[in-house]
Parts: sequence; structure tokens; C-alpha cells
Amino acid sequence: MSEIIPLGRWVDQSVHYLLDHDADTFDAIGKAIEGFAALIEHSLQAIPIWALMALFIGVGLWRVSWRFAIFATLSLLLIYATGFWDQTVVTLGLTLSSTLISLLFGIPLGIWTAKNRHVAMIVRPILDLMQTMPAFVYLIPAAMLFGLGRVPGILSTVIFAMPPAVRLTSLGIRHVNREIVEAGQAFGCTPWQLLYKVQFPNALPSIMQGVNQTIMLALSMVIIASMVGAGGLGNDVLASIQRLDIGLGFESGLSVVLLAIMLDRITESFGRAPGTASAPRFAGLRSVMRVRRQQPGRAELNR
Amino acid sequence: MGSSKIVVEGLCKIFGTNPNAAMDLLARGVTKDEIFSRTGQVVGIHHASFDVQEGEIFVLMGLSGSGKSTLIRLINRLVEPTAGKVVVNGRDIATVRRSELTSLRRTDMSMVFQSFALMPQRTVLSNAAFGLEVSGMGRKQREKRALDVLEQVGLVTFAHKLPAELSGGMQQRVGLARALAVNPSLMIMDEAFSALDPLKRKEMQNVLLELQKNQRRTIMFVSHDLEEALRIGNRIAIMEGGRIVQIGTPQQIISNPADDYVRAFFEGVDTSRYLTAGDLMQTNDVPLVRNFDQSSVEASLNGSAEYAFVLDSERRIRGFVTRDAIGNASPSLLKVECISRDASLDHVVSRVCANSTALPVVDDQDRYCGSVDQANVLKVLTRNRGAHV
Repeated sequence: MSEIIPLGRWVDQSVHYLLDHDADTFDAIGKAIEGFAALIEHSLQAIPIWALMALFIGVGLWRVSWRFAIFATLSLLLIYATGFWDQTVVTLGLTLSSTLISLLFGIPLGIWTAKNRHVAMIVRPILDLMQTMPAFVYLIPAAMLFGLGRVPGILSTVIFAMPPAVRLTSLGIRHVNREIVEAGQAFGCTPWQLLYKVQFPNALPSIMQGVNQTIMLALSMVIIASMVGAGGLGNDVLASIQRLDIGLGFESGLSVVLLAIMLDRITESFGRAPGTASAPRFAGLRSVMRVRRQQPGRAELNR
Repeated sequence: MGSSKIVVEGLCKIFGTNPNAAMDLLARGVTKDEIFSRTGQVVGIHHASFDVQEGEIFVLMGLSGSGKSTLIRLINRLVEPTAGKVVVNGRDIATVRRSELTSLRRTDMSMVFQSFALMPQRTVLSNAAFGLEVSGMGRKQREKRALDVLEQVGLVTFAHKLPAELSGGMQQRVGLARALAVNPSLMIMDEAFSALDPLKRKEMQNVLLELQKNQRRTIMFVSHDLEEALRIGNRIAIMEGGRIVQIGTPQQIISNPADDYVRAFFEGVDTSRYLTAGDLMQTNDVPLVRNFDQSSVEASLNGSAEYAFVLDSERRIRGFVTRDAIGNASPSLLKVECISRDASLDHVVSRVCANSTALPVVDDQDRYCGSVDQANVLKVLTRNRGAHV
């Protein structure tokens, strides 16, 4: 079948054109991303293992529930015991840096699309493209432009993980109760005050949902990104496929799943409607302590 | 009442992409429905003109879709007017610059909303201080002021709760406190009490009236509830399809509704409660005697009248004379009880029942205005009931 529009060739040529003429720009972008990702990864690695575990468990206890804290303890010990701790920390670092970059661009873009219908019209199909274009299609050109390693991995992760942050930020801002926005205006908010005092705080549950989705998508993508040398748990998953090592695949896969569940529950808890998160925070723990405190009383009654 | 606080002149609002076309048609007298079918533009407000006096509670009333919420938002320019003037304190709001509008909203006008519109993540105190925070007042100072107004609305003990922990009535007290905190001279209240149950609504009306006693503000109040309007309004404007169909005091509107649309609001409302002696009186039922001498007494009683009121040169009531006085060279002047023009129906009924003759109604300078008798009261009462049963 002969093609009428040689779209593929044009794209091919433009990637090569960029490679030949804009190498400096890509080098600069690459260096910046590399530096940022290395900073995050090294910071995480600098934290002692027990402290990182305590952080997860503590936040889980504070925001989610004591049951979740127990689950997190067991999960972290299992990851450590199966020998995947170091790779998990690398994956966590990649996920965090991709997420932060996604949010850095995604949230302002979301706000902009909420405020401007024309921007929304342009951005929407781009988001569709980012979400549905098969990942391998842009993984390879990214590797060609930036070279193998963390940078193309993080970039493709950002492409894949950013759309929900944009969409849910936009949705959240647009759906803030009309009278609340009017109240902001009626009391003399400037447009900027209206955004950060009224719209943003009231859209926060939706925005946090977007953050949660971005983290989950980023985590799933950094595994695939190991194909361009991003590293972390993805390397083990890839190795298990290449060597048909079912055991290794299961172990590394399980570490991904456990990390995903922990990140999901923790970030999700920050997105709950205001007022509901604060009240039951320690409810579970308190009830445990209350039972313990009551026990002597009951013993006395029985006597 | 003093001078005009708000003067609205020929105010129009067209919703749509081509307001000029709709304005042209409107000027040629085309109806709202036809404008919509011809141009797709929606006429929100159609040539509204009225003024609100300093210190007055001015109620805008109408069914949903009559444009009352739009009109009230044109006053603080939450909605941009298409044509016309909104003059507040001598400044035309429709044309002031953004910065001036912002500072006016921060210092001199505030708003209370139907859905309360509180920020759920802020405490009661922080919500009440919102207007002051926006205008850049320091935390200590604004929280002190917010506590003051929370005290006024009786919520000071709930200052550190979240709105969700409060009942609807209490939430609207927070909304009221937020509006009072900036100490505005004009308050705009959009169906402020409509979301509350009847008991709470009455309670909030009392809170508002109590506040209004101590610190007179100009209040524009939107409502679809006639009883509420009659209770709190100094004057009421009734709206239909974006137009104002009648403006007047509660008594004027009850005793003289402009059309059936206005009359329909009285459905199920006991409007007779709001009638005063002035609404009940007749002006030419009882003959009057201006010069108290034999000839003029006889002249005034030569018809079927049994008695006449005697007035002095200032039109004040001196007493009344009966037919017995005819032929008497120095007729005897009998004492009569006067009823004030503003007296309530209850008072009128009790006085009229105690007297067999008609009683004179006088204004606040004791000048004669008219008379009421038992037949009068019954007639007006049945007419009022009949109008909406």
C-alpha cells in the first residue's frame, strides 16, 4: 500500500533535524533533569533505611489508619527481606522526580485551561495524545535525543503521567461552587487572590486526586522506562522477562505493587474533603487506647 | 430617611454574544421572548430604574427567573451591565475602574449568599475575617474585629469550628458576620434566608432587624417570600421577567397591587396583618364641620348622616356632633377617640368594636385623614381574603 501523506517520514526527518541542529538545547534540558533526578535519588539514599521506613509508617499512621501502618510495616520488611530495597528506593526516586516535574507543569496548565476556553481547546487533544500514544513510540526518540539513562525515562514518564494532573486541576477549579467564587469577588479579591485564597483551596480535593493519579501512572511508567536505562525495579522486571525467571519477576513485581499501594493510600488521604480527614485521623488509634484504658475499670467491675 | 444611597437608571442586562442587536430590538419595543427567538440573546434585566434610600431595607421580590438575583449582582458588578447606570454614593459603578471597584467592594459593600458560600476548609473565625484578610489587614487586628462581629451574631463560642460542624442557621450567621466584619454601609443579601427552615428564617430576620436598629445600613435584600419581604422591607420592588412591575411600601403593595402577578404573591399569605388604619379608612364617609356654629352643623347633617366630625382650623379633631344638635343654638361637642394612621389592624378592630360610631383616623400631626367604622373593617378584610382565596 502506498502512502499518500508521508507523515512518518516527516516526523523521522524532524527528529533527525533536531538531533543535528539543536543538540545544545537538548543537552541543557537533559543536564537539568539529570541533576534534579540525581538530587532526589541521592537524598532518598542518604536517609537511613530505618528512617525511611519510619517515615512511611508514621505518615500512614497519621493520615490513613493504624491498620494501614501495620500493612506498610509488613510490606517494607518484605521488600527489604527479598533484597529489593535498593532498587525500590531508586524507583521511588524516579517516580518522585517525574511526579514533581509533571505537577510543576501540569497544575499551572490545569489552572490555565480552567480559566481560558481557547487554551482548553488546544490542550485537550494534546492530553489525549499523551495518554493514548503507545509509550514505546516516544521512548525511542527520547532516548535518541537525550541518550540512554534516567533522562529519557523521566521525560517519557512525565508525558504519560501529567494528563490527569492537568485534567483534575482544571476540573477542580471549574467546579468550585459558583457562590463561593462570587463571595471571593464580592469581598474584593484581585484575580490572583481569588485563585490562591478561594479557587485553589476549594479545588484541592480534586487536585490531590490528580496528584494521586499522576503518582500511580508515573510508577507504572518508570518500570517500562527501564528499557531505556532508567534503572530501579524495572531492571529486575526486564531481566526476569529476558531470562524467563518467573521467581525474580514475581519478587520484583510484588515490590512494585506494594510500593504502589503505599503511595496510593498515602496520597489519596491528602485529597479527602477538608474536615473529614482531620476528624478520624487518630480515631482508630484512639479507640485502641480507649479500650486499653477501660480494661482496668472493667476488671474492677467484675470483682 | 436621608438621601439616596443607590440610584439605578435604565439598567439593562443582556446575556449572550451579541447584546447590541438585542438592545436595538428592545428599544423598538420587541418582547423578551421574540428577542430570544430572533437573536438568541436573553434579556436578563430590562430598563430597571429605582432608588434606594440611605439606611433602608429594600427588598427585591419575584419568582425564580424574574431577574432579581441578576439585578442585585449588577449593584456590585458581579454581573457587568449592558446599559444604564448604577450610582452608589454618587459614583457610577458601571464605569468605575477595576481597582476602584475592588477597593469599594473591600470597604463599603458586602454580600450574603443563599448557599452561605463559606469556605469549608476555613474555621468560622477565618471565614468571618475573610473580607478583612483580602483587604490586607493584619492577622491579630482582623481576628479581633471578626470576634466582635461573631459576638454580635451570637457565635463567638464557635469561632474555631469548621462550617460543616454548624447547622444551616448558624452557617448563615457566619455569612452575616463575614459581611458585617468589613463594616460596609451597603449590604447585598441574595435570598439570604431562603435555604433555612421557617423558624430559623424568622430568627435570622430578627437578628437582622436587631442589627439594623443599632447600626443603620442600607440593605438590598432579594427574596421570593412575601411574608419575609413584608416583615423586613421598608420598601419592596416586585419583578417579573426582568422588569420591575411595582415599587412601594408593604402597605402600598398590599392595598394597591399593580396587577394579577403581584396579587398572586398574596396567595396563602394573611396580608390583613400588615394593614393599618390608613389602609382601612374611608375619606368621605362622615361629614365634616369646619366652623363650629349652628348653620354649618345643620348644613353638614342635612343628608342621611347621623353625626359629623368637628375640626379646627389646623384640621385637628375637636370632637363630634349628632343630629340632636340640630336646632340647638349652641350645639354640644362630644368627645371622640382618635386612631393613629399607622395603628395595626388588631388595634383598629378593638377600638371600632368598642364604639358604635365611626372613629376618625389622624396622621402623626393629629390632622384628620379619614374615618373607620365596623362596616369598613369587615369590607376591607373580606376583600383582602377574597383576593387570594
